[in-house]
Amino acid sequence: MDASGLTPLFALLAPVLGAFGVVILRRHPPARELCGVVAGIAQIGLLATMVPAVRDGGTVSLTLSTFLPEVSIALRADALGIVLAGTAAILWVLTTFYAMGYFGTAADPAVTRFHAFLCLTMSATVGVAFSANLITLFLFYEVMTVITYPLVTHTGTPEALRAGRRYLTYQLGAAIAFLLPAIVLTYIQAGTFDFIPGGIFGPDTNGTLLVIIYLLYLLGIAKAALMPVHSWLPAAMVAPVPVSALLHAVAVVNVGVFCVFRVVLDVYGSDLAGELGLGILTLVVTSVTILVASLYALRLDSLKGILAYSTIGQLSYMMLGVALLSPGGRTGAILHLVGHSFSKITLFFAVGAIYLATHRTLATELRGIGRQLPWTMVAFGVGAISIIGLPPTVGFIAKYFLFIGAVEAGQWAVLAVLSVSTLLSAAYYLRMLRSALFDAPLMVPAGASGGTAGLMGTPTVREPGALVLGPMLVTAAITVLLGLAPGLILDLIRVAAG
Amino acid sequence: MNEVSAAEQVGFPILSTLVFLPILTMVALAFIRRDRILRRVALGGALAVLGLSMWLTARFDTGAADFQFAEKVPWVPAIGLSYHLAVDGVSILFVPLTALLVVVVMLSTWTSVRHQPKAYLMAVLTFETAAIGVFTSVDLILFFVFWELMLIPTYVLIKVWGSGPHRGRAAARYVLAMLLGSAALLVGFVLLGVSYRSAPGSGEELSFDLLTLMDATVPLGTQTAVFFLLAFAFALKAPLVPFHAWLPATLLEGPIGMAVFLAGLKMGVFGFLRFVLPLVPDAFVTFSWLIAGLGVVAVLYGALIALIQVDLRRLIAFASISHVGLAMLGLSSLNAQGLQGAVFMVISLGLVSSGMLFAAGFIHQRVGTTDIAALGGLAQRTPALATFALIASLGALALPGTSGFPGEFLILLGAFRAHGWLAAIAVTTVILAAAYVLVFFERAFHGRIRSTIVSATSDLRPREAVSAGVLGFAIVALGVFPTAALDYSSASVENLVGRLDITTVATAD
Repeated sequence: MDASGLTPLFALLAPVLGAFGVVILRRHPPARELCGVVAGIAQIGLLATMVPAVRDGGTVSLTLSTFLPEVSIALRADALGIVLAGTAAILWVLTTFYAMGYFGTAADPAVTRFHAFLCLTMSATVGVAFSANLITLFLFYEVMTVITYPLVTHTGTPEALRAGRRYLTYQLGAAIAFLLPAIVLTYIQAGTFDFIPGGIFGPDTNGTLLVIIYLLYLLGIAKAALMPVHSWLPAAMVAPVPVSALLHAVAVVNVGVFCVFRVVLDVYGSDLAGELGLGILTLVVTSVTILVASLYALRLDSLKGILAYSTIGQLSYMMLGVALLSPGGRTGAILHLVGHSFSKITLFFAVGAIYLATHRTLATELRGIGRQLPWTMVAFGVGAISIIGLPPTVGFIAKYFLFIGAVEAGQWAVLAVLSVSTLLSAAYYLRMLRSALFDAPLMVPAGASGGTAGLMGTPTVREPGALVLGPMLVTAAITVLLGLAPGLILDLIRVAAG
Repeated sequence: MNEVSAAEQVGFPILSTLVFLPILTMVALAFIRRDRILRRVALGGALAVLGLSMWLTARFDTGAADFQFAEKVPWVPAIGLSYHLAVDGVSILFVPLTALLVVVVMLSTWTSVRHQPKAYLMAVLTFETAAIGVFTSVDLILFFVFWELMLIPTYVLIKVWGSGPHRGRAAARYVLAMLLGSAALLVGFVLLGVSYRSAPGSGEELSFDLLTLMDATVPLGTQTAVFFLLAFAFALKAPLVPFHAWLPATLLEGPIGMAVFLAGLKMGVFGFLRFVLPLVPDAFVTFSWLIAGLGVVAVLYGALIALIQVDLRRLIAFASISHVGLAMLGLSSLNAQGLQGAVFMVISLGLVSSGMLFAAGFIHQRVGTTDIAALGGLAQRTPALATFALIASLGALALPGTSGFPGEFLILLGAFRAHGWLAAIAVTTVILAAAYVLVFFERAFHGRIRSTIVSATSDLRPREAVSAGVLGFAIVALGVFPTAALDYSSASVENLVGRLDITTVATAD
């Protein structure tokens, strides 16, 4: 059922109001943080009210303004958009609590800025999720880049500013150089900017040109972190953990993958994508990215670096799923988008907890930490198992669908890629887990990595407070819950997969 | 070409009021002695012009391609001259833009100009009269008169209130370059007027009236000659590469008030839209490849040179040259999107370029230089100034949501249709814009504070904050609601495109 209504707009505006609240109450923590929580819960509620409308493949649309002749800024909520926005909104609320534990609740201007821009990022996420055409998508995509910059450079150190510059250069550069021309060329070929399930190109369009436009899209959507436009993501890890967790495991990167979904499904359409060989092309690019990223992660020691490269690989899993051009592949891809968000944010939360408790940031420093931080390492373990793709987690279910999709599509090589990369991720995640759980605790002084008073590994190491542990355990629990009862969201995801 | 008279629309000669109100204010200033009253009267006059121009904009009929608010009085009938003012969708928005920039210039230099403020304000007001005259004249010779009149206040402003040591030379150089262009312009106009005599239905009369000339057909040979004369004059003014050398010099040496007018009011591009496209359409179509080529070269060259500048004002000058190149590329695409984009972009640049220049001016006033090496860390001391500079910078890199985006997007759309791969080259260089704009912002506002002057700097004062706020708001508002501006130009642009269609315009040769 296609309806029109204001709900998508309210969902877009709720975080903006939250940002205003954060700024107004900047001198009154924790009321400041609660603004974000309230806005987030309001957003979740608004998204939930749209679920019945989109459940049968319907949409909720709203045209905001005529932007250019023949082009409008228009919102259209469909199942896929709700899945993206809903995942981000739930994790936003949890991240806000986590950040209260991580940064503390002092009336520090930097923390106010963090919460305000986090709200705005959520608004941009909803904007992308509900974009009804390429122009609206581009608008919110670019706004998101600028809004996340102050979050990446949160600490203001020269290193952070350097990383921030790289972040902006990659994001803006790719978007202007490749995405914008791709959109312009799409319009010239198709005569419209609108997303239409099944594609917008006419039958007599020049195939070679369409392949070139597709490549421009893949290069231009740098947020999806496909190689070779991936290196902003490890650079962005300079940001504090709550930023990396929500932005660079969930909001920003999911938006990137989502844009690729939209291009494949609603600009080209599965049929045309198959005819042009775009599916195979994407499979090759994503496979290379998956394997190279896994090998890279294997060599790294920095925890956040490993997670960053793991994310690059996992994002490609999702795009690979869509590129299989089969219903199973798409279902797996979208389920993986949700599942990976919960699993990876759990891992980031755990890495943040480890840092808070011990100031350790390297994988080799995890030795024996499981005995000191049992809850943190349980969460870390759940996240790791889900990323590897083992039961009873949501990661397993998603990979299962991807395998089915690959078989449906007859892509045996993809099966091989999935298997090899599963082994590689198992190698680096299980190595960390084994070391944390079974090796003797690290007893040397903190040394170069800084640290709290006294010796590292002495009994002074304690789990961080409830505000850090709570959100982490909740995301870990959801990771398991969705693994045991994927039916909770599978209906909606099947609709989103078409 | 049809016109609707001002008497019909508003009941009084509104355009003449707009043109002469500034110069009347200027005359009034001559009799005032005290500085405080002087500034208030000048600002009052400028605000009245702004208010009236907003009202004019509100009364404009956006649905029609006609020339509106027309006033026509015979001037020298023997040689076909008349005092003829009117605006259409292409020119209407330049009037409030000019009025706005004058108000903002006055506000932002309220205290900084201490040397002979009376003469300064008189020069600014004279410039306003000339500029509004340029945008509203539809008689070629009347246009030329206002065009030349601009030179006097410009010269004086640069020479007397300039900030650089070589301001005298920069002023002279500017005037010489413009006079060279003016000579070509006058010859071109006269050629058009004379050739009208042999057109059917002219009754062997001369005419310099834009509307009359638009209805006549001009032989292709004459068109070609006129095209090159006019294109030279307007390319010099725009400035289009390779006629751009005066702009960086004047922006660096001149006062910020003048720089805003020179970089913000893109009269050269306006000249192409007003005279070249409608009057010599066949020649323009024939040589559009030349304009497109020069446009792409300018986009590339301007952006590359901007990237290596060590002074903010020179950086802005080359950014401006790059943007003009893009606007010219839009014109040369000969389709509605390209032309709409060009008109929109030129209006947007009036806000964005001047916004960046104001930011540079505020910096100059505080730190005494716009040399990047001496800046850094300003944002810590001047968060409001930094925010304003950021909005203007994002407008310059054409971020969606700012006024820079719709124009650039439409130009790319039009250019891809018309030129294909040439447009692709232009696009890749737009990334350079992102690079130099970020360099601009980061070098000036981020990082460590390197000088004691910066660490003692204060943020925007109330009058400056009002100026910055108005410009910043306009940049965002036009970015979010571009149709507010596009609706004005669409009918006239469609009409222009119709004239450019080479199959419908008879080429009587």
